[in-house]
Amino acid sequence: MSDTAVSETFRREQVSRLLQQHGAVMVLGLLVIVGSLAFDSFATPANAASVVVSSSFLAIIAIGMTFVIISGGIDLSVGSLFVLGGVLAAYGSQYGALVALLLPLAVCGVVGLLQGLVIARTGMAPFIVTLAGLLGVRGLMLAISDEGATTYLVEDRAFAALGQGEIAGLSYPVYITIALALVAMVLLQRTGFGQNVYAIGGNEQAAALMGVPVARTKVQVYVMSGLLAGLAGALNAARLSSGVTILGIGLELDAIAAVVIGGTLLTGGAGGITGSVAGVLLLGVIQSLINQVGSLTSAFQQVVSGVFLALVVVAQRLLSKAQRLT
Amino acid sequence: MRRTDLEPVLEARGITKRFPGVLALDGVSLALRPGEVHALVGENGAGKSTLIKVFTGVYQPDGGELHHRGAPAAFGTPMEAQRAGISTIYQEVNLVPMMSVARNLLLGREPRGRFGVIDAAAMYGEAERVLAGYGVRTDVRRPLRTLGVGAQQMVALARAVSVDARVVIMDEPTSSLEPREVETLFGVIRRLRDSGIAVMYVSHRLDELYRVCDQVTVLRDGRLAHTGPLAGLERLTLISLMLGRDLNEVRTQGLTRFSRDRDGAPDSNPGGREHGNGQGPAPVVEARGLTRRHVLDGVDVSVRPGEVVGLGGLLGAGRTETAKAIVGALPLDGGQVLVAGAPLRARSTAAAIRAGVSLLPEDRKAEGIIPTLSVRENIALAALPSLGRAGVVSEAKIDRVVEIFMRRLRIKAASPHQLVSELSGGNQQKVLLARWLAVRPKVLLLDEPTRGIDVGAKAEVQALIDELAGEGLGVLLISSDLEELVEGADRILVLREGAVVGELSGDEVTEEKIMATIAEQTIAEQTSVEHTAVKQASVEHTAVKQASVEHTAVKQASVEQASVEQTSVEQTSAEQTSVEQASVERTEADPTDVGRSDG
Amino acid sequence: MAELTSRGSGRVAVLKPQVFAWVQDYGVYAAVLALLLFNVLFTPHFLDASNFRTQLVQVTPIVIVSLGMALVIGTQGIDLSVGSVMALAAALTVLYLGYGWLPALIVAVIGGAVMGAAGGALVAYVGVQPIVATLALLVGVRGLANVLVPQLVEFRSPGLIALGSSSVAGIPVIVLIAAALTVIVLFVVRRTTFGRQVVAIGGNRSASELSGLPVKRVLLTVYVISGLLAALAGVLATARLQASDPTSLGLFIELSAITAVVVGGTPLTGGRIRVLSTVMGALLMQLLAATLIKHNLPQSWTQMVQAVIILAAVYATRKRGPDERHGGQ
Repeated sequence: MSDTAVSETFRREQVSRLLQQHGAVMVLGLLVIVGSLAFDSFATPANAASVVVSSSFLAIIAIGMTFVIISGGIDLSVGSLFVLGGVLAAYGSQYGALVALLLPLAVCGVVGLLQGLVIARTGMAPFIVTLAGLLGVRGLMLAISDEGATTYLVEDRAFAALGQGEIAGLSYPVYITIALALVAMVLLQRTGFGQNVYAIGGNEQAAALMGVPVARTKVQVYVMSGLLAGLAGALNAARLSSGVTILGIGLELDAIAAVVIGGTLLTGGAGGITGSVAGVLLLGVIQSLINQVGSLTSAFQQVVSGVFLALVVVAQRLLSKAQRLT
Repeated sequence: MRRTDLEPVLEARGITKRFPGVLALDGVSLALRPGEVHALVGENGAGKSTLIKVFTGVYQPDGGELHHRGAPAAFGTPMEAQRAGISTIYQEVNLVPMMSVARNLLLGREPRGRFGVIDAAAMYGEAERVLAGYGVRTDVRRPLRTLGVGAQQMVALARAVSVDARVVIMDEPTSSLEPREVETLFGVIRRLRDSGIAVMYVSHRLDELYRVCDQVTVLRDGRLAHTGPLAGLERLTLISLMLGRDLNEVRTQGLTRFSRDRDGAPDSNPGGREHGNGQGPAPVVEARGLTRRHVLDGVDVSVRPGEVVGLGGLLGAGRTETAKAIVGALPLDGGQVLVAGAPLRARSTAAAIRAGVSLLPEDRKAEGIIPTLSVRENIALAALPSLGRAGVVSEAKIDRVVEIFMRRLRIKAASPHQLVSELSGGNQQKVLLARWLAVRPKVLLLDEPTRGIDVGAKAEVQALIDELAGEGLGVLLISSDLEELVEGADRILVLREGAVVGELSGDEVTEEKIMATIAEQTIAEQTSVEHTAVKQASVEHTAVKQASVEHTAVKQASVEQASVEQTSVEQTSAEQTSVEQASVERTEADPTDVGRSDG
Repeated sequence: MAELTSRGSGRVAVLKPQVFAWVQDYGVYAAVLALLLFNVLFTPHFLDASNFRTQLVQVTPIVIVSLGMALVIGTQGIDLSVGSVMALAAALTVLYLGYGWLPALIVAVIGGAVMGAAGGALVAYVGVQPIVATLALLVGVRGLANVLVPQLVEFRSPGLIALGSSSVAGIPVIVLIAAALTVIVLFVVRRTTFGRQVVAIGGNRSASELSGLPVKRVLLTVYVISGLLAALAGVLATARLQASDPTSLGLFIELSAITAVVVGGTPLTGGRIRVLSTVMGALLMQLLAATLIKHNLPQSWTQMVQAVIILAAVYATRKRGPDERHGGQ
């Protein structure tokens, strides 16, 4: 191979890597610019706030999902855990803000722990284990809410404030999400745990040989995903002042879609928090843009999201082929 | 040599390791001493990998013991071995391809900054510094997989050594390195040796062994064949130790079931036996200039109807790759495959099979059997389109074909409906042979057809190869079993490092000649290495070369003369009659292979 | 060399896989029988024809969808888009009902096949993982269905209503259709070249490629069939409801279908397709739900019990026996 050919492939490889890692952010920027130019009411603070606030809960779940997917797994139970977390928070709020926050975290964390243990110990596919988790948790949620008939109201003011209080026009959950995202980025990029997550997702066997505690890391990842889903549910309950039992169904798929759009490979081993957050915002912006076009129903958002997701995965395939040098 | 007086840092004493049906290691002893490079050689299945895995804690030995720095030791996990200072660089780079170079190098030992958080700048700096010592200058933030394989190997090596290693085990480290990278690697190995680290070096490239190794241990069939200093050990002797052929016994009658009378064929025309008129038929398959970077380097192979062409060479010489390239299962950078004179345009196995070329793959489990299906379904698989009408399979037709081949190949299964994964290795192999015979190929490429199967089945498969060639089928035979190659093949191409380095035919087809051809060094290396066996071997090889030149001329002549149509007609009629004959002729049962499961 | 396993542990090691194998092969039939027996003994009015009919009609869409799902899972794939394809079929049916119910049905089924082809092309030719490829379809196709028909639309097509509610010899037509489809899929799996190629590809893809099988084409076809069956299930469900409801029709049916397949003993690792057991798996889950409801146990119980059954079924179909990676070398 001549020198020019080498530098040519190298440049192509760098470009494709850049696209894979930051494509979602770029497209997000592009959409915001286009939206601002096309619609007067798009770039307003109110609209921006509404997009950001409504995205924050999905973003929290997507952060946990990012860890799971980078580790080579998948977590289908987060939608159910989100609902369960909300119901438990509202139920617990009668005993004070602390219980309202800790009860969902404890229960969802334990569910994550159980799933993680089953996945790590029996070698059963994460897809199936968390599918069972999805059903089981939904059953649990229905069981404690009289088959969904009872909607607990948030009794505790302080707890409700957690979801409803605002600073500079943005509610607390937005700041919590930002804080969590930053912590997650540090965890993923700058700690041994994060390195272990990448390593087992990239090559589990090699990771084991390199001394990574594979089983423990897997369990940690699912616990984290469970905790974050529960937290998102609790915050959502605080915002709505009630533990709504019908929201959040199918949320796991939105979270997976956002993570994949954000450039995290479903095969594991690559990806990042920034991309996932961008992916969540991208879904939110698409929805907002479609709302701006008065003639389109919200169903169009799904069509666009689905097509977009398909384009992203096709692009990822092509990019990963381009990156494969010999 | 000079340091044999030192106490071994790691020692195996009578290590035995069993797997279901296989005795992988049988009382193997060897000692690794500080400051010594110890070569471990042996053919496929000799037990090298198993021994390495015992050393590195992947497997626990069933017998014997490991001594680490003079005291008995047992490594329960790879981690325990690593903590004891034993690092391994595997053949396949065992790192995480999508993580950056620096993170791979320092995983688990990242430099920490404030709050115990990884200090990225320090990490990149350290990675650059460490890798510079290994001749790797690259952006350490890049994902590992974007590096060349050689550089990846260096990263793996650097990682292994930097974990405070006292023993470094390298499994085929040079298999995908450029010559320049090999030099760097040797520099590193010498540095390691001089700093008192024990290096275990596994390779099939004999030139390399002689350049860097002090000691050598040869394994064969799970047993220790030889251990001692490398200097003074003749190359040819080493090869004969690896291949298990006593040079003096080679000429005596072999044990294989090949019965064809090679001497009866005119030297000039080994493939024309069946035709008796001295005219060689045109090659039924001809590959020209098969090339793939790092793997194949302009390989030419042709097989004529009724001819068994052997591919010789050590592991990693490109034999399997040649076969895969011919059936379109290996992407090529260059080259062409002609079947019956017409080029194969579509590079797919389906196209090759339609044209009449089939491959019995080397790895029975990964590429051969469909474990979830029955014997019957496995046999019928490739021939399915012809065993039915309008997409609906004809059970009667399948039953007939399955019955014919199960009887002809004497496949021992409880019933055709038994799961193929429950059969013994030999019977699984026969099922795969049946799968290919059922599509009525013109040429069969057989990659290690008798490896890992028991003696009885082995003899049967060998007899079958004979018989098929007798019926006019062209056969390309790849085998590490020299005896099998010599007795089975009419003509042998010897491969080394992806290129054909010799062609033997007629009287030249002997084990010695093959080994000599394998052992022959390139001229550049001959001058750089002082070794006695070299000259001996190369003298023999010159004779081989002359012979093969003659042979090529003959081959060309016969290509021009023969007609393609004629051969294919003959072949089909021969095949049909032989199916009936086979069941009659071969009634004597072989007691060694009765439905045994060794899988 | 033959007797290498130590004696004591050997027997246990031999016995356990046998039990597992039995559970894998016949567990679902035994469970269905046990539940039937329990209901006959303890559930009042269980043997009424009307009760039976209701149960069967309810389970029909799941059965049809899981037939396609079984094929997909047999290739080591998965199809999450089936519920959305059902919704699309419902939307297309009501849109084209003006041309008569049969043309509408045909358009709907073609629509489903096209969606299946899209997913199959992504999987087979682009090499996208089945989960993501069909997830994109799940999201997009549901949206498309809602764009076409934004809200529930009732209709009055006598032909379509008859398809959904009439019976032949006391058996609902849609149940008969499901039975016929089961027989057809059974035939395809057992008796056609295609069916054998599907399981071979799922069992060992590289061996299938080396054996010259048209791997990509077979994969594409499998997803097309899954889409087609899902669309048909959508039309039948719409006919029974006498209304087109793209918003909620088929929601989460992919989970029920996967459950049916898995509980029926088809391994997620591919290479094996158990058609009748899949149908039994769907019946088992339906029967279970019905039993719990009849005994005044709430829906929440059903879901938790389902979760346990899925885990148990997959645990039983896990790769068993001695680790095959060892041996050689």
